[in-house]
Amino acid sequence: MNAFLGWIEERIPMMRVANMHALQYPAPKNMNFWYVFGFLATIVLVNQIVTGIWLTMNFVPSSEGAFASVEYIMREIDYGWIIRYMHSTGASAFFIVVYLHMFRGMIYGSYQKPRELLWVFGMFIYLALMAEAFMGYVLPWGQMSYWGAQVIVSLFGAIPVVGPDLVIWLQGDYVISGATLNRFFALHVIALPLVIVILVFLHIIALHEVGSNNPDGIAIKHKKGSLPESEKTKYEIHEYYTSKYDIADDVLPFFPHIVLKDLVAFCIFLALFTYVLFFAPEMGGKFLEHPNFEIANPLKTPEHIFPVWYFTPFYAVLKAVPDKLFGVLAMFGAIAALFALPWLDRGRVKSWRYRCGLHKVNLIVFAIVFIFLGYLGGTPQENWKIIASQVATVMYFGFFVALFLYSKNENTKPVPERISK
Amino acid sequence: MKKMMCFLAFFLPGVALAAGGNVHLDKAPIDLTDKASLQRGAQLFMNYCLGCHSMKYQRYQRSFQDLGIPDELGQEYLQFTGEKVSDYITRAMPEEAAAGWFGAAPPDLTLVARVRGEDWIYTYLRSFYVDESRPFGVNNTVFPEVGMPHVLQPLQGTPTRTYEEQMVDGEMVKRYVGIKSDGTGAMSPDEYDQAVADIVNFLEYTGEPSKLESHKIGKWVLIFIAVLFVFVYLLKKEYWREVH
Repeated sequence: MNAFLGWIEERIPMMRVANMHALQYPAPKNMNFWYVFGFLATIVLVNQIVTGIWLTMNFVPSSEGAFASVEYIMREIDYGWIIRYMHSTGASAFFIVVYLHMFRGMIYGSYQKPRELLWVFGMFIYLALMAEAFMGYVLPWGQMSYWGAQVIVSLFGAIPVVGPDLVIWLQGDYVISGATLNRFFALHVIALPLVIVILVFLHIIALHEVGSNNPDGIAIKHKKGSLPESEKTKYEIHEYYTSKYDIADDVLPFFPHIVLKDLVAFCIFLALFTYVLFFAPEMGGKFLEHPNFEIANPLKTPEHIFPVWYFTPFYAVLKAVPDKLFGVLAMFGAIAALFALPWLDRGRVKSWRYRCGLHKVNLIVFAIVFIFLGYLGGTPQENWKIIASQVATVMYFGFFVALFLYSKNENTKPVPERISK
Repeated sequence: MKKMMCFLAFFLPGVALAAGGNVHLDKAPIDLTDKASLQRGAQLFMNYCLGCHSMKYQRYQRSFQDLGIPDELGQEYLQFTGEKVSDYITRAMPEEAAAGWFGAAPPDLTLVARVRGEDWIYTYLRSFYVDESRPFGVNNTVFPEVGMPHVLQPLQGTPTRTYEEQMVDGEMVKRYVGIKSDGTGAMSPDEYDQAVADIVNFLEYTGEPSKLESHKIGKWVLIFIAVLFVFVYLLKKEYWREVH
C-alpha cells in the first residue's frame, strides 16, 4: 500500500498538497464562530453543484417545457422534491453564509494588507454568485422568474448609447423569451459554476499564501529566527510555512482541530437548513416567492415585483434614486464600494476589538442599514419608504466615507504581540 | 395579434389582474391528514371545477394513491370522460374558446394553493354575491370583477350581500355585514363551508403532494442531526482539551 502511494506521490504530489493545504495548515487558535462560514459556503457550493447536476437530468430548458419539468421533478421523480428543495434552499443559504462571511471580514479587518487580493477574489465570487443566482431563478419560468428577469435585464438599457442594443443582445430576442431562458440555462449550469469554482480555488490559494486572520487581527507568522524554541508551535505544521517563518504557539493544525470545530458548526447549520427544507421550503414566500408557482405570462404583470431577498438591499438603492441611469450607477456603486474596501480603510489595526469606538458604531450601523435596505427593497412600495430608502442609501455610502476619513488618524488601542499573551 | 392583446389588456383589467391584498381572509379549517376530507374535495373538484380548470401537472393515479382511493373506484367515480388512470388531470375545454367565453382562460389549479394561499381560496369560494351588472350575474368581494360564474351555486344557494342599518351621528348608515344565501342550495351554510374547506384541502394537497412525506422524513432527519451533533461536539471537545 505504501509502495503504491509512494509510486503515485512520485508522479503527482497528492499528499504534499493535502498536507500543505489541509492537514498541516496553520490556523490561529482563537478563531471564533465567525470563522465557520467559509467552510459552510464551501459545503453549500458542493450541495448546489451536486443537486444541480441531478436537476439538469430532468429539467427542460425551454419556455414551453421548463415550468412543467420542474413540477415533473417535484411530483414524479423519486425524491425529486428533496433535490429541488436542497437546490432552492441552498441558494438562499449560500447568500446567508456569504453575507456573514463578508461581515466577519469587515469586523476583523480581514481585507487589510496583506489580504487585499483575497478580499477582491471574494468579492468576485460574490459577484459571480449574484449572476448565478439571478439566472438560476429565471429557469423555473414562473411569473417572478419572468418579471424579475424583465426588471433586471432592463437595467442595462439605462446605459447611454449602447443600452437598448445591449439589452437585446443579452436577451437574445426583442423580449425576454425562450431564447433568454436557453442562454441563461447554459450560463447557469456551465459558465458561471466554472468561474465560481476557479475563483474559490484562487480565494483559497491566496488565503493560504497570506494566512488566516483572526479575531485579534494578530500575525501568527513571525520572522525566521525571531522566536525562541519554547514559543514555537508544538503541532506538526507543513514545512512550506515553517521554512519561511517561525510559527508561534498560537496555531492549530487545520486537521483535526479546525475541521472538528467546523463540523460542530456544520451540524447546527444542517439542522437549520433541513428544517427549512422539510418544513418551510418557501420560507414564507422569501426563498420561493408565491407568484413563481404560476407559469410565466408576458401579458399579466404581477401586482408587486421583487427580486429574491438577497438582492433586495441593492434593489432598494436602485429605487431610491429617481433617475434610472443614476439609480443603476448607485446600485453598482454600492457593490463597487465593497470592492474598494481594502483601500478605503486606511487604518493599520485590523480587528474592531482594538479600533476606535466610532469604528464599532460605524460597522453596526452599516449592518443595520443593509438589513433595512433589504426590507425596503423586498416589500411593497409606500410613500414613507421612498424617503427611508434615500436616507438608508446615503447612510450605506456614508459608512465608506466615514471609514476613509477617521481611519487615517485613528485612536486605536494597543494590540497584543501574541494571541496567547 | 398585437392589437388583440392591447384590446384584452385595455378592456379586461379586472379579469387579467389579481385582486388586491386588502381583503380580510378567513382561516381555512383544513387538515392534510384527513383522507375523507381530501376524497370529498377531489370529488367536488372533479364535478364542479374540472369542467373549466385543469390540473395538468398532477396525474389521476398519483392522487388516488395518496388519497387512499383504489384505481377502479377512482375511475368509476372520479373520471368521467374515459381517461386512463395514468393520465394527467386535464380539461376538455379548448384553450382559445375558454379565453373567448370568460375573457381570460381559466387558470390551471394544480398549484393555486401555493400561489394564492389556502385562506384566500377558502374565502374566495365563499364570497360570491349576486350582481346583475356582471356577465354571469355574480361578483366576488375577494376578487372584484372576476370572470368566473358561481359554479357552486347549486350547493350554496343564491348568495346576496347583506347590510345592517346603524345610527351614526344621528344618521342611518348601511353597513356591509357579509354574504347570505337564500337557502335554495342543496347545503346548509355549515355544510357549504365544509365542502369549500374540502376543496381547499384537496388543492393544498395537489399544490405540494410531497408535503406530508416531507414532514415525516424531516422529523427523522432532525433527530439524526441532533445525535450526530452530540458525537461531533464531544469529539471536538476531546481534541480541544489540550488547547489553551
